[in-house]
Amino acid sequence: MTAVPLSRRWRWKEPSVLPGFGLTFGFTVLYLSLIVLIPLAALVVRPWELGPAGVWEAATNPRALAALRLSFVAGGLAALINAVMGLVLAWVLVRYDFPGKRIIDALVDLPFALPTAVAGIALTALYAPNGPIGSVLTDWGVRVAYTPLGVLIALIFVGLPFVVRSVQPVLEDLDHEIEEAAETLGATPFQRARLVVLPALLPALISGAGLAFARAVGEYGSVIFIAGNMPQRSEIAPLLVVIQLEQFNYAGAAAIGLAMLALSFLILLTLNGLQAVIARRGRA
Amino acid sequence: MSAVRRSPVRGLAPLLIGVALLWLALVVLLPLGMVFAEAFRRGLDGFLDAFSEPDAWSAVRLTLLVAAISVPLNALFGLAAAWCITRYEFRGKALLTTLIDLPFSVSPVISGLVWVLLFGTAGWFAPLLDALGVRVIFTVTGLVLATILVTLPFVARELIPLMQQQGADEELAAVTLGAGPWAIFSRVTLPNVRWALLYGVLLCNARAMGEFGAVSVVSGHIRGLTNTLPLHVEILYNEYDFVGAFATATVLASLALVTLLIKSLLEWRFADELAATRRH
Repeated sequence: MTAVPLSRRWRWKEPSVLPGFGLTFGFTVLYLSLIVLIPLAALVVRPWELGPAGVWEAATNPRALAALRLSFVAGGLAALINAVMGLVLAWVLVRYDFPGKRIIDALVDLPFALPTAVAGIALTALYAPNGPIGSVLTDWGVRVAYTPLGVLIALIFVGLPFVVRSVQPVLEDLDHEIEEAAETLGATPFQRARLVVLPALLPALISGAGLAFARAVGEYGSVIFIAGNMPQRSEIAPLLVVIQLEQFNYAGAAAIGLAMLALSFLILLTLNGLQAVIARRGRA
Repeated sequence: MSAVRRSPVRGLAPLLIGVALLWLALVVLLPLGMVFAEAFRRGLDGFLDAFSEPDAWSAVRLTLLVAAISVPLNALFGLAAAWCITRYEFRGKALLTTLIDLPFSVSPVISGLVWVLLFGTAGWFAPLLDALGVRVIFTVTGLVLATILVTLPFVARELIPLMQQQGADEELAAVTLGAGPWAIFSRVTLPNVRWALLYGVLLCNARAMGEFGAVSVVSGHIRGLTNTLPLHVEILYNEYDFVGAFATATVLASLALVTLLIKSLLEWRFADELAATRRH
């Protein structure tokens, strides 16, 4: 046996004098395997009992396709609206002072803290044809509750905090001197916003909108009450998973769940790529 | 950096503040107000009626029980994960960190569904469970498993960035001074992360008590047995007992408000002892 110098030997862990690696690493991996990996493996494997054609049919039959389309389109729209309004909220919270700002800041997190079922019944009561907002809208001929528009409203509610909370810290760290330099160089306020502030915030804005979107696609509790759940019209993908499960169609439910997961990963991956491109352009 | 700055465009500040406040009022405050307004629609008596039902109290007890099991387990996991991720260098660390965040990007319905795929009547482990005479789906065990999966990242996510920031210097000094593993943990690490730990536990608990989608899939909605508070709200609502549903919902809404209050106090009072992204 020839002794390999310590420094050149391949190691998967750097040595440390701190105790407890084996215990904490072992516990972490075991816990993650039992709670996350094995259960999610079931989601990935179970659908294929139906065969590839069966999985395709389960995920793309007209009812499933309509549900997936509703979840992804309404989720995307809600994320866009939240991106714009979240930017305004973050800007106001960082750049301006006004009475009650601390309370407003705390309230931004309410959609995180309020149980989704509570949000769901409250939004329904608000937008139902006899509710305070719903009755006004009905007079104008707009129906929100029990239509896809209701789904959108609920998804805007659950996604509100994400963009604010991802843009806020970046905006706080943004150097005023750059803006002032732009001002000195004769940039108009709108040029400063478009050419200086927005590019700096864009990566955080995209990642916040991505999180809001991912949440919206899988959202269940706040949507099912206001949606009316009419198949092929206002039925969201997570509800269809539940319906399949109630009919003991495990593989079919898993197939739709897998399709949801695959689609959201694809979109989040695209957004990550977009962020990388923007970051590279910013450095060049 | 001072927040008060001369506005670059005259009148822009009031306009933007107005838009932001109106939006928040419309999207967040109105639904919250609606919960309380509807709960008292038939006065105090109508409100109190909702709590005279034994099913309501069994839902409260079950919600507390599920949180009392799930939250400590996830806190323990968060501490272990943060210790091994921030105190050692090893390959696969990035993968481990990504896996911890995974439950946040999975639909709650899927977090319930996976347990049915494993332990349901046609699940992978159904023969084993039958042989042992144990049931998971439609029992408290199923509720706990679904809740643990949904709330797994909360504590770890607060501790990892903070402990990364703090570095291992103090623990290394303790080792040099001859401290044992337990002394290092209880006298160096724990005091350094206690507020972040509380912060994580607070958010974890709020989600554990309020979770709906995941527990709805595994619960079977057996009144008095496997109904948590959010599921009780749904049942009352679907039975057109709106006052009862909203009265029960006020308990959950109050929990959310108390959570936000404590969270804001922690951010305000112990900003230096929370991860950087939590300070505002």
